[in-house]
Amino acid sequence: MPKLTIQDLARVRNEARQHIALREGGEYRARITVHMGTCGIAAGARDIMKTVLEEIEKAGAADLLVTTSGCGGLCSHEPMATVELTGETPVKYIDLDPEKTRRIFRDHMMEGHPVLEYALAEGSERRG
Amino acid sequence: MDDLSLHILDLAENSVEAGATRIGISVHEAPADNRLTIEVVDNGRGMDAESAARALDPFFTTKPRKKPIGLGLPFFAQAARQAGGELQLQSLPGGGTRVLATMEYDHLDRKPLGDMIATVMTLAFARPDLDIHYVHTVGSQEFTLDTGELKRALGDRTLSSAHAIRTLKQELIRGELRLYL
Repeated sequence: MPKLTIQDLARVRNEARQHIALREGGEYRARITVHMGTCGIAAGARDIMKTVLEEIEKAGAADLLVTTSGCGGLCSHEPMATVELTGETPVKYIDLDPEKTRRIFRDHMMEGHPVLEYALAEGSERRG
Repeated sequence: MDDLSLHILDLAENSVEAGATRIGISVHEAPADNRLTIEVVDNGRGMDAESAARALDPFFTTKPRKKPIGLGLPFFAQAARQAGGELQLQSLPGGGTRVLATMEYDHLDRKPLGDMIATVMTLAFARPDLDIHYVHTVGSQEFTLDTGELKRALGDRTLSSAHAIRTLKQELIRGELRLYL
C-alpha cells in the first residue's frame, strides 16, 4: 500500500538537514501570492503556481515564500499574482501565462527588477 | 473548470479563506461499482444552517458585499449532477465544513479527475500553517499523504524551499503512479 512510512519520513528529515542550514531565521527575501479564487482557477492560476514552484526548484532557492489568496475583484484580468520584495512596494501582475511568470520570477523575484509591462499597478497592495 | 482536480482546489481554497488549518481531501475511484466519490473536509469557521442551505445558490456568498459572489460550490454541484450524482454539504458554525460529491464513474459527462498532483502541491504551499491530509484510492489501492507530517520531517515551517518542493512532488508522483500500476 503506497503510504509514507516512518522510514520515508526519517529519510526526508535527514535529506532536509543540509538544506535547512541554508536558511536564515525564517526571513524571506521575496514573496509571491498567486490569486486562487474561482475566477483565477478557471483562468489558469494553478498553472501559474506550478510554474512558480518549478522555477524555485530549478533555481534551488530557499529564501522565497509562496502563498495564494482569494479573488481580488478583477476577475477579467486573471490569472494574477502579486510580488513583494521584502521592504519594497508590492507589484500586482495581471493576465499571466507561464511564459510571463517565468520572466517575472527571473527578473523581479531573483534579480529585483519589476516587469512593469505586465503590471496592473505598483503599490496597490498593502505591505504584508 | 475543465476537470475535477480544479473543482477540488477551488473548494479547498474556500476552506483556506474560512480560516482552516487542516483540510482533508479524499478521492475514491471505484470503477467496479461505477462510482467516484470526492470529499473535502475542513476545520474552518463553518457556516450556520441558513448560510449552508443557501451555499449552492450561485448568487450567495459569505464574503463581504463589496466582494464578488461565490460560484465555486454551485459549479461543483453542477459537475456532480451532470455525471448522474449529487453534492452534499454539511457545516456547523465553529465546526468546519464537509462537502461530499458522488458521480457515476462511467458517465459520459463525468469530468476527468485531472492533475491531483498540481492541486495538492498548490494547496500545500497556499499558507505556511496549512496541513493537507490527502487520500486517493483506486479500487483496492490506496495512497495517503499528510503534508503536515512531511513539513515536520523537513523541519520547515513553510515548505517553500526548492528542496521541499522537490520532496513533495516526488512523494506525490511516486504515490499516484503506484495507484494505476
